Amino acid sequence: MLRLPPFRYAAPGTARDAARLLAEYGADAMPVAGGTDLYPNMKRRQFTPRLLVGLRGLTEAHGIEVNGALTLGAMATLTEVAEHPAVRARWPAVARSASLVSSPPLRNAGTIGGNLCVDTRCNYYNQTEPWRASIGYCMKKDGHLCLVAPGSDICWALSSSDTAPVMIALDAEVTLVGPETDRRLAVRDLYGPDGIAYLAKRRDEILTRIHVPARAGWSMTYRKVRRRGSIDFPVLGVAAAVRLGTAGTVEEARLVLGAVHTSPVVAADAEQFLRGRVLDAETIEMAAGIAYKPAKPLDNADLSYAWRKRMVRVEVARALRELAGLPTGDLPPVVAAV
Amino acid sequence: MDRIRLRLRVNGEERECLAPVHHTLLEVLREELGLTGTKHGCELGECGTCTVLVDGRPILSCVALPVECEGREITTVEGLAGATLHPLQEAFAELGAAQCGYCTPGFLLTAAALLAEKPAATRPEIAEATAGNLCRCTGYLKIFEAIELAAERTRNA
Amino acid sequence: MPEQDRQDLSVIGQPLVKVDAAAKVTGQTVFADDLVLPRMAFARLLRSPHPHARIRSVDASRAAALPGVLATLVGSELPIPFGILPVSQDEHALALDKVRFVGDPVAAVAAIDEETAEAALGLIQVDYEVLPAIMSIEDALGREDVRIHDYGPHGNVHKEVAFDFGDVEAGFAEADHVREDTFFFEGNTHLPLEQHAAVAAHGPDGKLTLWSSTQTPHYVHRALAKVLEMPPAHIRVIACPNGGGFGGKSDPFSHEIVVAKLSMKTGRPVKVTLTREEVFYCHRGRHPVKMWIRTGLKRDGRITAMHFRTALDGGAYGSYGVASLYYTGALQTVTYGVPRYKFEGVRVFTNKPPCGPKRGHGTPQPRFALECHIDKFCADLALDPARWRMENTVAPGTITANQMQVRTIGLGECLQRVLDKSGYGDKHGRRPGGRGIGIAGSAYISGAGLPIYWNAMPHSGVQIKIDRGGGVTVFCGSTDIGQGSDSVLAYVVAEELGIEPRDIRVVTADTDLTPVDLGSYSSRVTLMTGNAAIEAARKLRTLVLGAAAQKLGVPVERLRAAGGRLWDSADPSRGLAFAEAAVLAEAAHGTLGAVGSYTPPRSVAKWKGAGVGPTPTYSYSAAAVEVSVDRETGIIRVDKVWIAHDVGRSINPLLVIGQVEGSVYMALGEALMEEQAFRKGRHKIPSLLEYKSPTTLEMPPVDTILVETLDPQGPYGAKECGQGPLLPVIPALASAVHDAVGVWIDEVPITPEKVLAALDQRYRRPQMPAVRYPETVRVAPLEAAAPATASGADPALRR
Repeated sequence: MLRLPPFRYAAPGTARDAARLLAEYGADAMPVAGGTDLYPNMKRRQFTPRLLVGLRGLTEAHGIEVNGALTLGAMATLTEVAEHPAVRARWPAVARSASLVSSPPLRNAGTIGGNLCVDTRCNYYNQTEPWRASIGYCMKKDGHLCLVAPGSDICWALSSSDTAPVMIALDAEVTLVGPETDRRLAVRDLYGPDGIAYLAKRRDEILTRIHVPARAGWSMTYRKVRRRGSIDFPVLGVAAAVRLGTAGTVEEARLVLGAVHTSPVVAADAEQFLRGRVLDAETIEMAAGIAYKPAKPLDNADLSYAWRKRMVRVEVARALRELAGLPTGDLPPVVAAV
Repeated sequence: MDRIRLRLRVNGEERECLAPVHHTLLEVLREELGLTGTKHGCELGECGTCTVLVDGRPILSCVALPVECEGREITTVEGLAGATLHPLQEAFAELGAAQCGYCTPGFLLTAAALLAEKPAATRPEIAEATAGNLCRCTGYLKIFEAIELAAERTRNA
Repeated sequence: MPEQDRQDLSVIGQPLVKVDAAAKVTGQTVFADDLVLPRMAFARLLRSPHPHARIRSVDASRAAALPGVLATLVGSELPIPFGILPVSQDEHALALDKVRFVGDPVAAVAAIDEETAEAALGLIQVDYEVLPAIMSIEDALGREDVRIHDYGPHGNVHKEVAFDFGDVEAGFAEADHVREDTFFFEGNTHLPLEQHAAVAAHGPDGKLTLWSSTQTPHYVHRALAKVLEMPPAHIRVIACPNGGGFGGKSDPFSHEIVVAKLSMKTGRPVKVTLTREEVFYCHRGRHPVKMWIRTGLKRDGRITAMHFRTALDGGAYGSYGVASLYYTGALQTVTYGVPRYKFEGVRVFTNKPPCGPKRGHGTPQPRFALECHIDKFCADLALDPARWRMENTVAPGTITANQMQVRTIGLGECLQRVLDKSGYGDKHGRRPGGRGIGIAGSAYISGAGLPIYWNAMPHSGVQIKIDRGGGVTVFCGSTDIGQGSDSVLAYVVAEELGIEPRDIRVVTADTDLTPVDLGSYSSRVTLMTGNAAIEAARKLRTLVLGAAAQKLGVPVERLRAAGGRLWDSADPSRGLAFAEAAVLAEAAHGTLGAVGSYTPPRSVAKWKGAGVGPTPTYSYSAAAVEVSVDRETGIIRVDKVWIAHDVGRSINPLLVIGQVEGSVYMALGEALMEEQAFRKGRHKIPSLLEYKSPTTLEMPPVDTILVETLDPQGPYGAKECGQGPLLPVIPALASAVHDAVGVWIDEVPITPEKVLAALDQRYRRPQMPAVRYPETVRVAPLEAAAPATASGADPALRR
């Protein structure tokens, strides 16, 4: 049986205390929310912290509040977010992205904060210790090379959060509680430069709350591509949100891609292109053609990178068609065969 | 290895044991409490085999720490049956929904949680709720039918 | 009345609950990893990090010194080779001088707990000389300089065969149309949810007991005796209920031998439970196979000749590979008429986990090729592929070109039923919008005609005893891997003795207690143990009915027995309980016990290699698969499957349908997404997350149709049902994709990338490697064949 490495466990009651523990222990300590991403990684020895700081006791990080804007406690489970009636009604892309993370039992333990901070993934990295030893380790853990792009000086592990692209598309912010002070940071700025330093959050900061602004007048969606309808991480996520003017022209547009780079990718050129245009079939095709360019899938996830790149274009177009009320091009539902 | 004292409420019983804090709920249930009805297929949260209920919700015991389950109600497959089998157990047995039986505890608990919430769950709802549980034997169809049968009997009881 | 036509059955044919169902739904079934013995220690295996390397030295001294470590073990302590086939004794419990794949076991540790054992592995020092790795069939054939094994005809060829049955060239000369196609079937694995586990206890009496999640305790027993150099009489192997097998627990495995030896070294029981990754390394799954097929046809569609070539990627060891190789050429002839047939095949070694038998053993690959090829040549000749299949099914009683004996055949009925129910005729070739439907037929064996090692003994034995309370205990070596073999024993004995299955205790898969059954492989168990159980039960039935008849004063012919009661059919009020009759019988005859055994009928096939393919009787299946294909993504959604299976007779339709649905599921996984992928000499995705097993959301509705041909060879007419129904689903799906979007994907899995590439006309079709097949053995037609050899194992499988 794969087992966790030994550690001590602390259960502070406030985020400040948690942050202080993290500051005190430095690289030897890690915070844990639902554990659904961290524990598998620890079992494979990607992480061997001496101290785990459990966040379950942080009352300020629990709960879902709706009053115009939406405030999600980072410890809200993905199930709670996905099933919350007001979230479903007013921020449907948030509920949808949460509902598509992994599998039902994982969503009952996994948290929204955890999903925003989920470790980047690569099929050279998400392997057991003996497997990684056998191939000579990669730069993300214990090695020097990026095995998927050996000439690269950065790690190309993929951002694999389903909820992050949506939060960025909705201009959400997070509260980060440090040992001394708190700060608010746009989710757009939460992510770091490569697959190793993938978070801009400091090690000793605790993500306690997620603030999603009111989005009345917006349409939004999230589409996820993966091999199976459950369990799998995204090989592509597309978050799309638009605010249409009275004439049907796009006043604001947000397009954010997941699982195509080391962090979520804002398709800014496509957003810019959409602004002021009528969201018709032709515009959508052109926007999709622009949006897929910054996607950089490599051979480190399921399905071929060429196919994944091509799917960006297809899925962006489908997402926009969904927002425009056009037929998406998805397969029609199965007609119950008799 | 330092052991801590765990106080767990499992299947309605207060259980105490000493275990290293880094042993997962799966390990403690099987190795300390002798509840080997909870199985394991990957220990990485990828198959659903080790599903148990915590406060009525299915979670994966291979990626859960017992210390975080203290004060909560843990239900394993051993806790489903009373003097008689749970309607789900009856239906799984009757319809052949358990072939090798290895994924069965996980499916039963997942289904029990579903029916507690949605007593008239539809086939798509059943498939959605059990989508984290892999089965290699049945092709899932007998499992769906068994959950539907149990639901119907419970509603009519 | 012939046995198979019996109508007076009260247990057989009923949708009864399995005898072990209550244990399974309450979590009380004891799988191997659930066993806990006093003083039990825990073992872990150190595995090779290199795909191919010579071992210069292994030093386990630092591991041995770690507190909590009880014993270490290295290859030189277990130098005797083993392997499932006598002809391929090429494995060592722990590598002796070479490692041949990443994951090959090298050393082992027993410790007071698993964590200590794991930590100790890190202290074992192995000095390797890394060798070039052979990772494909083409490499294996091209690099004669790098030899993975030092046996085999040449280079990395493990086994090569070439047979011509009836002058295939003459057949092609008669043809109006000849078509050739090349196909590839990627390897995939069984993925039972239970990871293999074993517990060994070497007792103070010098005797060894091994509990293991194995499908073949008898073969594990033999391997342990050989490698440990112990008398078989001092070894007891108990197969625990398997948490899924599918063929993946059919070989004797390193870890089983290792825990036995570690128990001997420590004097304590020792358990090993493999991790999921290690299960991928045990493998023995589907061989990757390249296939080339050439068929000659008359204008009306009659086949004049067929030539089939295969090249199998066997992985690092022999396993069942020689049998697998023969299977890739064996069953092409038992479905549709093939008057002249030539088969050439080769199995090569590569530095990957060894391939072996997975559900359908060696036949899903050629069946995929053959059925797709049929659709293609029907298109060439403007023939309807469904009608072609109906018109060309072989007749009952046929002896095929390669001397396979078809007895009953329900293929035509299976095809007709799925055509009718699926509405194939109204749908195929007629619908827009990316929807398509395809059909295919297939055949499988109901048990192999010959055992794996030469012997003239029965393949299956059953022993029954009756106690004075009327309780009946059935002993049999068969292993329940979830398919319900324990239940089948109970049903058969209950039927024969006129009692309820719940009054029977079944004791199985224990080499000390139960007569040998060869194991749960090759779909042999229902037919063979069923027949053995009938034989044993009838001996007791005679005694019990005789005693009852005497007591009641009626002729024994007039007695009926069912539901635990015996009665006079002329006056049903006159009767007595089975338990009373049993007491009378014991008083009259002494202790009540009986044995029965089963040996398959001798095959008519007389050529060397004909040990693979013959069976007491073939099962047949047909499937229609309906799909929708997304042209922009290439994603295939399976909308519905109709499947008909000729099961001979359903012993329990509930269990048969379960086997059929499970086969459909496994087939869909193979057809769409499952594959053993390798990169840089390593398994790319040895996890349940990245090896894609379909979830509930991928499973379509399945309409299962059971066809009963009542075969005289089967118990009450029964054939197999656990493997055959997998076979037609894969080609039917490929055909449906073609119907939906007009492209043939000539390989599995049929992934979105391949579909899109084909739609873009960029799809690169599989190529056959350059194989030097051996000189063709021309097999004379049967009437001119040499006299029969003694029954026993196929000479080709002998050392």
